[in-house]
Amino acid sequence: MSYVVKNLSQGSRELIAFRIGNQEFCVSIMSVREIRGWTPATKMPHSPAYMMGVLNLRGAVLPIVDLAARLGMRPAEPTPRHVIIVAQVGRKIVGLLVDAVSDILTVTDENIQPVPEVSSEIERQFARGILAIDKRMICLVELEGLFPDHESEAA
Amino acid sequence: MKKKVLTVDDSRTIRNMLLVTLNNAGFETIQAEDGVEGLEVLEECNPDVIVTDINMPRLDGFGFIEGVRRNEKYRAIPILVLTTESDAEKKNRARQAGATGWIVKPFDPTKLVDAIERVTA
Amino acid sequence: MDMNEIREIFFQECEEQLAELETGLLKLNDGDRDPETVNAVFRAVHSIKGGAGAFALDDLVAFAHVFETTLDCVRSGKLEPSQDVLKVMLKSADVLADLTNAARDGGTVDESRSRALVKELEALANGEQPAAHAAPEPVAAKPAVAAAPAPTDSSGFQPIPFSFDDFGGEEEEVLMVAPTYTVTFKPRAELFSKGNEAALLLRDLSRIGEMSIHCHTGDVPTLDRMDPEGSYLSWTISIKTEKGEEGIRSVFEFAEWDCELDIKLAEEAEADDERPMIPVPFDLSLLEDEPAIGDEPHVGMHVEPVVAAAVAAAETATGVMQAAAAASARAEKKEAPAASAAAQANAANAANAAGQTIRVDLDRVDRLINLVGELVINQAMLSQSVIENDNNGTSSINMGLEELQQLTREIQDSVMAIRAQPVKPVFQRMARTVREIADITGKSVRLITEGENTEVDKTVIDKLAEPLTHMIRNAVDHGLEMPEKRIAAGKNPEGTVRLTAKHRSGRIVIELTDDGAGINREKVRQKAIDNDLITADANLSDEEIDNLIFHAGFSTADKVSDLSGRGVGMDVVKRSIQALGGRISIQSKPGQGSTFSMSLPLTLAVLDGMVVTVAGQTLVVPLTAIVETLQPEAAAIHSFGATQRLISIRNSFCPLVDVGRILNFRAQQANPVEGVALLVESEGGGQRALMVDAIQGQRQVVIKSLEANYMHVPGIAAATILGDGRVALILDVDAVVGASRGQSLRQEMSLAS
Repeated sequence: MSYVVKNLSQGSRELIAFRIGNQEFCVSIMSVREIRGWTPATKMPHSPAYMMGVLNLRGAVLPIVDLAARLGMRPAEPTPRHVIIVAQVGRKIVGLLVDAVSDILTVTDENIQPVPEVSSEIERQFARGILAIDKRMICLVELEGLFPDHESEAA
Repeated sequence: MKKKVLTVDDSRTIRNMLLVTLNNAGFETIQAEDGVEGLEVLEECNPDVIVTDINMPRLDGFGFIEGVRRNEKYRAIPILVLTTESDAEKKNRARQAGATGWIVKPFDPTKLVDAIERVTA
Repeated sequence: MDMNEIREIFFQECEEQLAELETGLLKLNDGDRDPETVNAVFRAVHSIKGGAGAFALDDLVAFAHVFETTLDCVRSGKLEPSQDVLKVMLKSADVLADLTNAARDGGTVDESRSRALVKELEALANGEQPAAHAAPEPVAAKPAVAAAPAPTDSSGFQPIPFSFDDFGGEEEEVLMVAPTYTVTFKPRAELFSKGNEAALLLRDLSRIGEMSIHCHTGDVPTLDRMDPEGSYLSWTISIKTEKGEEGIRSVFEFAEWDCELDIKLAEEAEADDERPMIPVPFDLSLLEDEPAIGDEPHVGMHVEPVVAAAVAAAETATGVMQAAAAASARAEKKEAPAASAAAQANAANAANAAGQTIRVDLDRVDRLINLVGELVINQAMLSQSVIENDNNGTSSINMGLEELQQLTREIQDSVMAIRAQPVKPVFQRMARTVREIADITGKSVRLITEGENTEVDKTVIDKLAEPLTHMIRNAVDHGLEMPEKRIAAGKNPEGTVRLTAKHRSGRIVIELTDDGAGINREKVRQKAIDNDLITADANLSDEEIDNLIFHAGFSTADKVSDLSGRGVGMDVVKRSIQALGGRISIQSKPGQGSTFSMSLPLTLAVLDGMVVTVAGQTLVVPLTAIVETLQPEAAAIHSFGATQRLISIRNSFCPLVDVGRILNFRAQQANPVEGVALLVESEGGGQRALMVDAIQGQRQVVIKSLEANYMHVPGIAAATILGDGRVALILDVDAVVGASRGQSLRQEMSLAS
């Protein structure tokens, strides 16, 4: 804990990086609850294409999102080698299906470059910055941007 | 030997306050929730002094005091009445029923303990 | 236990007392004149006042006091509890509740309201009749329960507290010489029969000053003439005390009426008193159970015989009295009718029948319920893996598992029962809502409640209050007519709203009926056309028109009234009821009123379900919805129109609903002959045959929320976890049936909006 606090105070943070296809993304480690393997999910009717269904996470019902499809890329064809990142988004917990987890990064704000002007609405929704690390380009994703809280509709 | 006090009151709040006050003052406290229960408990617990409320369901304080005084064993036990205000008429009725003394609610812990000390040896 | 905990207990108790109060007042309002009802009402307010006093909640005490005084007038028969009187009292009960809440949560109350009520209550206590429908008193400038104002004259002069203590404080002690009093004390027999003891009084007296004592035994008769309960002793005490005559009197406070007590300053006394007095120190230690060493520094080292005699005499008096008491009681006992013993036994039984209760933190119960839920799932998973790994069905493991299943189920039922609570508190809150709304609208309303003791899970109760409040407001605001209008229609000017609860086939049914004007279908229809909900030429049945009021954004009030909510309509009510796994329907008769009927599950934690397969997916259908299951035969299936198919069951035709198609699990309708039909009773009456591919079995399932991490899914009520550890969806039968009627399952907002 003190380690995290110290890092935060120095403006640095830890991120979890993952791969979808040939692209790399990362999210704040603070929002990640756990990482688990893929198991077939229960399909849900009338749900968007990226909604893969729900899984049992120790008694709670966990919705699984195909992050590739959500980001407008080619939908995943999940295999047991695929990985689910269980993440806290607002007050809800969501499972994100990705190809693999690639890295844990410690970065400072200076490492994060602004997102270049892009035309697509979808990138603007989630991309919060770009990181250049070892000639790789990693896109920092803000999950809240992808899944705005639906409390109001759920009432 | 700890002195044993039987308290009879239908209010959970007052019962708890009595319990805390009396336990802190070193008394053993037995509690009943109304007059009927008070009379039932009386036989088992053999108290040294009784503290009772007046307004209670099933059997009120007056009835309870009369009941105690009818009991051969407890004809002479000191009974203190809890009254909300120094209502002369109520005090009078309580005395006629056989109350030994009274304590005005909201009671002050010292006064309660004093009153009990006053009527017990 | 500390004061904070007791304070918490006090507020819990207040809630109960407020409920008692309201119940009692409503009973009185219904003409109940049982003195016990009046007593209970009085006790409730009295109790709140008593506790509030202990916590120095002055506003609460002050209001409760005024209320109590007026109630005492009712109790003593001085004030007839007429409807108008009760109106004031019910409002006072509401204010008392507000004050209690304010005292607990630190909020504020509507002071003008409480001030006005204090005036009304005081007027009632003074024998003035309440003005019927009195307009609220204009806001008085002075607070209702103001502390006595500091004496002030017109010039604004305030007396300055002045004390002689300010001068020469030290000299005072030197100058002060405690005066000596002579006290003569002669107890009467009654003193002893009330539990007072002369010896204890003398002991207490000795504590306020230095005293000497003389016991007069001259009146003691010879034994043959002695009344065992008589009082023959008296004492003369000389005491030097700073407490004054008042201090001495306060010692005898409890005994004053049962003795002859005379207190004089010693100078006067000496003049009168010719009897020789032997001054002796009074030894307290004789009266203590355990000698208090060093406690009383003034106690002499040697005890004068006279003192011993005096104390002994006092003790003898008590002893004699006790012996006599025992003797006479024995005599009485023989005569005591056996009936009294029987009566006591009855009372004891009654007490037992009332049942013993303990209070438990809700968190603890919920934790237990969650654990049991996990246990049920775990047990199911265990059973499944045993069955998969062991084909020998007679093994002892299997038998053990069956027992485990039985036990698990029993534990679950028992745990659920802990959470079951009567709907009474919610119903009582509605009484208040009715009063308030009646007041604001100027309508005269009578609320009748039935089945208040019907029990349902606490979660359901908690979530019921809001939609119910809204519906009640609607019923009074929109449903009931103004008194003049009702008279013109030949109705009682007082409208009636009836709120009932009952259990029916594993659910709780709550009905709200008003005897108002009923739904104005022409107006509703026009409104629906204006709002583009229906086309102008739509041909709707009465039932369909009535149900339009549940549509989003629908409001029949010409202007949005601030009573029935800020644009919140019946659609919100319907959705909150549905969120509880319930359904709501309306029946209305023009001119006679409307009935809203809600059916809710008894618990939100488990349900009995039929596990079925639809297009390769496992679904659970609530058993309560299923009337029967049947295997359709080709001959029984009839095509109807382009896509509809009907199944004939015992000469009646019932529409077939392909669940897989409705949920969009498959693109084409399944062949009914290859599946199973579940005959279900739907909300609006009428049956439907739900087509599924196969039935896997029946089981109790633990309900898991989909909304917790996702959102409401059309056609799905909730989720559960089956024995294989996978999530299965629980079908929302009414939504599916509704969808089959052409109301499409609305594509709700998706995660990505």
